[in-house]
Amino acid sequence: MKPAPFRYERPETLDRALAALAAEPGAKVLAGGQSLIPLMSMRLSSVPLLIDINGLSDLAHITVDETGVRFGAIVRHSDLLEHGGAREVQPLIAAALAHVAHPTIRNRGTTVGSIVHADASGEMPMILCLTGGSLTVASTQGRREIAATDLFIGPLETSLEAEEIAVEAFMPALAAGSGIAYDEIARRHGDYALCGVGAVVTLDEQGRVTHARTGYVSVSETPVIVDVTECFDEGQVDERSLTAAGELALGQLDPETDIHGTSDYRAQLARSLTARVLRTAHEDARARGAQKVSA
Amino acid sequence: MTTKMMGERVPRVEDDRLVTGNGRYSDDLVPGALEMAVLRSPHAHAQIVSIDVEAVLDLHGVHAVYTYEDLTGALAEPLPLLIPHPTLTHGRTQYTLAKDEVNYVGEAIAVVVADNRYIAEDAVDRIEVEYKLLTPVVGIPAARAARDLVHADVPANKAATMHQSFGDADAAIDAAPHRLSLDFTIERSASMPLEGRGTVARWDEDLNRMSVWTSTQTSTGVRAAVASKLGLDLGQVDVVTPDVGGGFGVKIMHPWPEELLVPMAAKALRHPVKFIEDRREHFISAAHERGQEQHIEVGFDDEGRMQGLSVYFWHDNGAYTPYGLIVPIITSTQLLGPYKPPNYSVTFESLYTNTVIVTPYRGAGRPQGVYAMERTMDAIAAHLGKDRVAVREANFIQPEDFPYAQGDLLFQDGRPLIYDSGDYPELMNKAKALIDWEDFEAYREEARAAGRKVGIGIACYVEGTGVGPYEGGHVHVETTGKVKVSTGLTSQGQGHQTAFAQIVADELGVPFESVEVVTGDTRRSPYSVGTFASRAAVMSGSAIALAARNAREKALRIAAEALEADVDDLEIADGIVRVKGAPQSQIELGTLAVLSNPLRYAFDEASSAATQFAVGDPNKPPVDEDDEPGLEGKDYYSPMRCTFASGIHAVIVETDPETAEIKILRYAVVHDCGTLINPKIVEGQIHGGVAQGVGGALYERMAYDEYGQLQNASFMDFLMPYVTEVPDEIEVDHQETPSPLNPLGLKGAGEAGVIPTSAVFASAIEDAEGFPITAMPISPSELYALRLEHEHDKDVERPAK
Amino acid sequence: MSMTDPISEETHPVRLRVNGISYDIDIPPRRLLSDALRHDIGLTGTHVGCEHGVCGACTILVDGKPTRACLMFAIGAQDVEITTVEGLTRQDGTLAPVQQAFKDCHGLQCGFCTPGFLTTIAAGISDNPDPDQEQAREMIAGNLCRCTGYQNIVASVLRAAELQREEDAS
Repeated sequence: MKPAPFRYERPETLDRALAALAAEPGAKVLAGGQSLIPLMSMRLSSVPLLIDINGLSDLAHITVDETGVRFGAIVRHSDLLEHGGAREVQPLIAAALAHVAHPTIRNRGTTVGSIVHADASGEMPMILCLTGGSLTVASTQGRREIAATDLFIGPLETSLEAEEIAVEAFMPALAAGSGIAYDEIARRHGDYALCGVGAVVTLDEQGRVTHARTGYVSVSETPVIVDVTECFDEGQVDERSLTAAGELALGQLDPETDIHGTSDYRAQLARSLTARVLRTAHEDARARGAQKVSA
Repeated sequence: MTTKMMGERVPRVEDDRLVTGNGRYSDDLVPGALEMAVLRSPHAHAQIVSIDVEAVLDLHGVHAVYTYEDLTGALAEPLPLLIPHPTLTHGRTQYTLAKDEVNYVGEAIAVVVADNRYIAEDAVDRIEVEYKLLTPVVGIPAARAARDLVHADVPANKAATMHQSFGDADAAIDAAPHRLSLDFTIERSASMPLEGRGTVARWDEDLNRMSVWTSTQTSTGVRAAVASKLGLDLGQVDVVTPDVGGGFGVKIMHPWPEELLVPMAAKALRHPVKFIEDRREHFISAAHERGQEQHIEVGFDDEGRMQGLSVYFWHDNGAYTPYGLIVPIITSTQLLGPYKPPNYSVTFESLYTNTVIVTPYRGAGRPQGVYAMERTMDAIAAHLGKDRVAVREANFIQPEDFPYAQGDLLFQDGRPLIYDSGDYPELMNKAKALIDWEDFEAYREEARAAGRKVGIGIACYVEGTGVGPYEGGHVHVETTGKVKVSTGLTSQGQGHQTAFAQIVADELGVPFESVEVVTGDTRRSPYSVGTFASRAAVMSGSAIALAARNAREKALRIAAEALEADVDDLEIADGIVRVKGAPQSQIELGTLAVLSNPLRYAFDEASSAATQFAVGDPNKPPVDEDDEPGLEGKDYYSPMRCTFASGIHAVIVETDPETAEIKILRYAVVHDCGTLINPKIVEGQIHGGVAQGVGGALYERMAYDEYGQLQNASFMDFLMPYVTEVPDEIEVDHQETPSPLNPLGLKGAGEAGVIPTSAVFASAIEDAEGFPITAMPISPSELYALRLEHEHDKDVERPAK
Repeated sequence: MSMTDPISEETHPVRLRVNGISYDIDIPPRRLLSDALRHDIGLTGTHVGCEHGVCGACTILVDGKPTRACLMFAIGAQDVEITTVEGLTRQDGTLAPVQQAFKDCHGLQCGFCTPGFLTTIAAGISDNPDPDQEQAREMIAGNLCRCTGYQNIVASVLRAAELQREEDAS
């Protein structure tokens, strides 16, 4: 299980990296490599040229302000997970990152890398969508920003062009009055989820649900976000509304059968987790509201 | 006075090198060896039309490429059928490299030897093979249906049909007040050691010798195979087992094709060659186990006492049968466990499929047998509305019944199935106490009130351990007083160096620290069998004890002469022989070693004491006619038959009402492996066995598709438990019923942890859910499907009532 | 087949810092860090169990953080400090607390996965000097062991932390 030969470049500037990629569009970019290297070792991914961007210290930033969290392409999952500011401004990031593989993988793997890997079984593509985030990509032609909704176009497929490198992701701050939750069920702790669900619930000052969205991992070909606000009649959270939310979501999901679970079972998990995370997100919203009042 | 070592929780002597990175595993040896990679069949069933290696020959860094065409002599014959059996009428083994047909994905077709593994893999990718595809036979139902054949000359895909019985099971079942007919299935799993297979060989042209290091459970077996296949004399081949990163059965299978091809290439190229298997290869080209379908008829009385038991099962042996029928024979005999049905009949068919071969994996057929029997016990209890423990107790062999013969059944060693000793009722008392069996219903009610579903399961096993034919021990006292011990069987982490040193320390009367044990080196122990069937402690432990006693006897004899005392007045402690009650009259074992070897040449002060002008009676030969120079003892232990360990596992699980996740709340083990040498090591074996059992019951399976492609050939998808999947604590209680068959009363302990686990989880999940569990392993997805099925059944039944 | 001819494969001079020592080796870009450590440098204590990042046997410390050596290329590891299991042992040959703890608690059997656990735990107890049982389990949750059933490894984590605290206190 050894990779086939490839050429290797480790540019010291982004421009050089982009030039190298432009010159050889079949080249692959190496950031954390935690998904790419096993594929190369199994010879499932053919790589004529590997462009290692770990020397681009400009892409190692985590910037947090009231609008949200920006992080560069070589920010490791573990650094983002441990970033207090990021956790405060958009708590979904840490909530989901804690479920990404195991700590050792998170020490090397990058969040931007995981986003552009675009695996619908990965937590972070869905979180980018659920937070309404975006990805900044660069090429020798310049930069552009791709909204999460336009990014994931198929299984393991993004709208990045062959000569583009993702340089930064942005996840907007959690809106006032909102709470979050993420939970997933995997066969083993740390495995890809059989189903994962994230939720954002926003309450008005009377504590009624004004907005509720859920996002799904592993039960569709690309991340799916469902607006379940309509299920909360008069903004109340109860068994009936939570069940309705699950059923509404299932209408937009397409869970598949694989060796770890049937589509029926994954649908059941989506149902169960939808209720679970909405309930938790609702509690979280109330707790945050209370915190704010007491502060 | 020397501290007694037997039964002590002595820290392992192996650990110092292993925790510092100084272990020596196969891939750590012989730097600079050329490396081998294997071209494996991508098809489960195909004829090989042609192989084109042209693109490889001139590659820089490639030294050789071999296909079947390049094999000569015995190497061109099929691999050995290791354990022939008269019932195995259609045994088949593969060729070292496929001749003109491949029968499973992963079968070796060609090998490349190159500067390193990277280049070898590049080259393998360039070999072009033309195949003519044949229809693969995958799974037991397809094998039974036999619409297609794995081997054209094996009718109905049957390698063997074997029958054994005592009494008249059918008549007894017909006459019984109650009868049940049950069907069970159990899926494949695998040993899956963290270190895969690995072999290094060096041919020494000057000495005309082959040295092989291989990650095996039998160095002597590999040695014999290499010699025979390469046309070398046994005496020209040394096989040394280095540190082995786990075996669990897969490494008792031998010779692997690579174990022959590596030395072959090393000799041809006159350069050391190495093969280190990667993980994907391990999945598709090593061995699997467990897959069976079982049909059971049982007749019983109002107390649940079995009157007759009739079992028919179908065993998936994979594409070839190099290890004979050992696994299904063990299932068919060990199925009986601690019970005594008066009438028993068992028949099995061993079936070919186009999948990886099936050879023993820890437990070796026992987990399947225990599963069948314990599921049956639970079914009887459910049928009668009786306590599951009470039904088991009603069927137990009683302490006064020993030795107990299970009719005239023959066990895997061809010897009568006679249990030597045990106390199953007392084991059950301990198990019930440990898991609080009597309190469970109250706990269940409490849980139910809180909306939780819990269940308790219990399962018993009896395990024939310490199978023959023999093992040997050699104990040599050096003139420094150090004691060098060798035994031929190998070690894969069981702590043999520690446990055997404990035995020698006690038997010889020397400090534990002065004993050094070597295992699995044919240069030291050319006669040996191997490490399997929980036999190391029983077989080599006994042999080493006998050898140490011989050394002790000789030491006392020489000491008696030297001290001018009577042998009966002497004792040995801390490596010193003393006259009892006269402590000033003493002599060290090292000195006795000097005296035991009359010398002509002195090379230090100590040895000058043994030269011809220093010692000896001039009227006698320096070495007596019936004596040998040197202070050593050697002996072999060869038992009449196996010794039978036993145990009971109990588990409490919780199943999630929504997600069907299965959580282990408590896991308890009581076991009886006779005299304990080192409880710490025994408990470690139990912990590890249970963890593998949890894997086999809840996580692991070999997911083949209809084309014979293994869908989960990686650690991503073959779900070996992490710490997060095993119980926080395995509660253990020991019972010691010594075996009367060997000098120390030992029984084996290596495999037991894994044997009743599928049975005990099925029992507990069934108890939690209220419907029968008949297929293992079980995943949450499968449990969820069963719930829907049984809800549906209830809905369908309701209107009729 | 889409591979480059190995004949044209270039090697590169690479300097790795391992256990405080610099090693200069000449390797092709595809050389996995695990292989470079084991076969180019000769530090065979780092074991390779799956080569796809799941088992954890090859775990080393990269700038003090547990990292899979099979999921890095050696050529890309030139600007980091690497610690392998060999580097845990003290200069004078005494065992580090985590190594001693594995001995004390029978935390290993075949020893193949052990180096990956030792490096992971060494970093873990440095981050969290007083883990509870649950944190100890969490610390080792990404490493596979096929022999021990983990119970004694969890005990080893707690024991290692205890030994480390005693050492730090004295």
